[in-house]
Amino acid sequence: MSRYATMFERLAERGEGAFGAFLMLGDPDIEACAELLDAVVAGGADMVEVGIPFSDSVADGPVIQAAAKRALSAGVRVGDCLELIARFRGRYPDVPLGILTYANIVAARGGFMRDAAEAGADSLLIADVPALEAPPFTREMQQAGIEPVLIAAANTPDASLANIARLSRGYTYCVSRAGITGTHSEGRFDGALIARLKRLGAPPPVFGFGISTPEHVRAALDAGAAGVICGSAIVDLVSRGGSPVNLVGLLKAATLNDKARERLGGAMIESP
Amino acid sequence: MRLNGRFGRFGGCYVPEILVPALEQLEAAFLDTQDDPGFAAELNDLLANYAGRPTPLTRCRNLAGNIYLKREDLLHGGAHKTNQVLAQGLLAKRMGKTRLIAETGAGQHGVATAIVGALLGFETVIYMGAEDVARQELNVFRMRLMGAKVVQVESGGRTLKDAINEALRDWSASFESTHYLLGTAAGPHPFPTMVREFQRVIGREAKAQMLAQVGRLPDAVVACVGGGSNAIGLFADFLADDVRLIGVEAAGRGLDGGEHGATLLRGRPGILHGSETYILQDDDGQIAESWSVSAGLDYPAVGPEHAHLKESGRADYVGATDAEALAAFKALAESEGILCAFESAHALAHALKLAEAEPESAILVGLSGRGDKDVAQAQALFA
Repeated sequence: MSRYATMFERLAERGEGAFGAFLMLGDPDIEACAELLDAVVAGGADMVEVGIPFSDSVADGPVIQAAAKRALSAGVRVGDCLELIARFRGRYPDVPLGILTYANIVAARGGFMRDAAEAGADSLLIADVPALEAPPFTREMQQAGIEPVLIAAANTPDASLANIARLSRGYTYCVSRAGITGTHSEGRFDGALIARLKRLGAPPPVFGFGISTPEHVRAALDAGAAGVICGSAIVDLVSRGGSPVNLVGLLKAATLNDKARERLGGAMIESP
Repeated sequence: MRLNGRFGRFGGCYVPEILVPALEQLEAAFLDTQDDPGFAAELNDLLANYAGRPTPLTRCRNLAGNIYLKREDLLHGGAHKTNQVLAQGLLAKRMGKTRLIAETGAGQHGVATAIVGALLGFETVIYMGAEDVARQELNVFRMRLMGAKVVQVESGGRTLKDAINEALRDWSASFESTHYLLGTAAGPHPFPTMVREFQRVIGREAKAQMLAQVGRLPDAVVACVGGGSNAIGLFADFLADDVRLIGVEAAGRGLDGGEHGATLLRGRPGILHGSETYILQDDDGQIAESWSVSAGLDYPAVGPEHAHLKESGRADYVGATDAEALAAFKALAESEGILCAFESAHALAHALKLAEAEPESAILVGLSGRGDKDVAQAQALFA
């Protein structure tokens, strides 16, 4: 069973949602990033999503763009990112790790999927490859042993959503509203999208884009999601020199059911 | 999508999933207009009575050889850009959009979009790299005079490619009310096909004018290539003819250094701004900064149909350096009394070489824009 499947099964038994923490690899530099990866796991992240920086990230808002720019300015190469992933895998054999990047990064390196799988990545989401262009990419991912993750949006028509459900493995990255990363979601999450994905037999739906408070996390899970991914709020905090441990702990706590929350008491549920 | 949006292996629709419905809506609206005589009638009326089509074909009287200029510089707005912004503006109206966004480098496409925004009553927002805003003050003022809002883009190298990134980000959140009026035959499907069809009028007229004035087709057709819209518009009606097609890229300060915009000559295939095409990039796939004295050719990718025409061998692509383009700009001014855009001067520079080697050949040159926007820069360069 894949690391994602094992994780979702374990969390479902406990009545918890999955909490995914996003970091940009190489931001602000390679060693500091390695420590941040430790910190998000220490804070309680169930899964980790990592960006491989691209110079022209059209799906990203200012916070993630700035993170990519810091990494590239520090001279970080794709090979360095794959090494960071391999180090992470060595330390955390069970924590699912997914890569988020752009098509030209994948296309420029012969054997990107194989290298990513060998480094220990579980999944790959290519932000500018929609379902209609995805088949050659997902075929190669599956041959290399890395799970394709595709984005499903509230405005995605049924035919495309069926393709997304068919091509995706690991989890389905759900976007609740139009826009780019880091824009405020106002805590509204689309239960209809989740219901459509479930009917189509898609992998577990996870909401990304605009998750920054415990209220967002609960609203997303209440809408039927299996988990959430928080990116810009963590990256923004880190860019100001903060440790992500408390923020991750706070947001992870919001994925617990009432019983588990009682068990932990208020300790984890204070603001960072 | 109803069409596959491919030119050989190039093209496609590489955008975040969230933008796919907007591009499907655009493709459907575009294909509907292709069979709609009402749309063609309204567009042709605007092209003739507002923009000033047909543009003349001028035989150079004093430059050596047989050079014919297709005078898009005489079009309203000062460049070929006006052809396709009028068409996309009408299309946006049909789709019920109320707002236009566009990217611009030198400002020519921004000015053209501001024109159509004022004419057809859209709220208009132009994304322009902060570097270009500083270099092209006059065009920024022109856009504002016509009611457009100009947003300075501070990300990346703060030039055209960053302006496209920012326009795509805006569109991801605004597509319900907003049409992204992309300025060239690049980007995701359906833009490369749609913009080619809206620029095809350049070559259609030029072909008829050659036959009427010279009695035969040209031996060679030469156009500059940045994104490639004027070139593809000029080439399109000659593709099936026995005519050499030559695209001229910006060789900048020389093809062997890093300061040029010669994507087809020095780039390699990749994926940027929605399209699989030739791209200037490093080994990791990070996009390189391009360079050209002409902002309109200063772009590290190129329209995907040009990538296909290069690989299939149907068109040849060559470079002209900054210095060669400036010399051609000067020669045209002194010999013919025409101030052309620095972009167009690249095409002319190659045509002058060709005319010297083959004095009998009839050479058709796409004079894509006028040089008013470049006069201040020319003054500094020639001082």
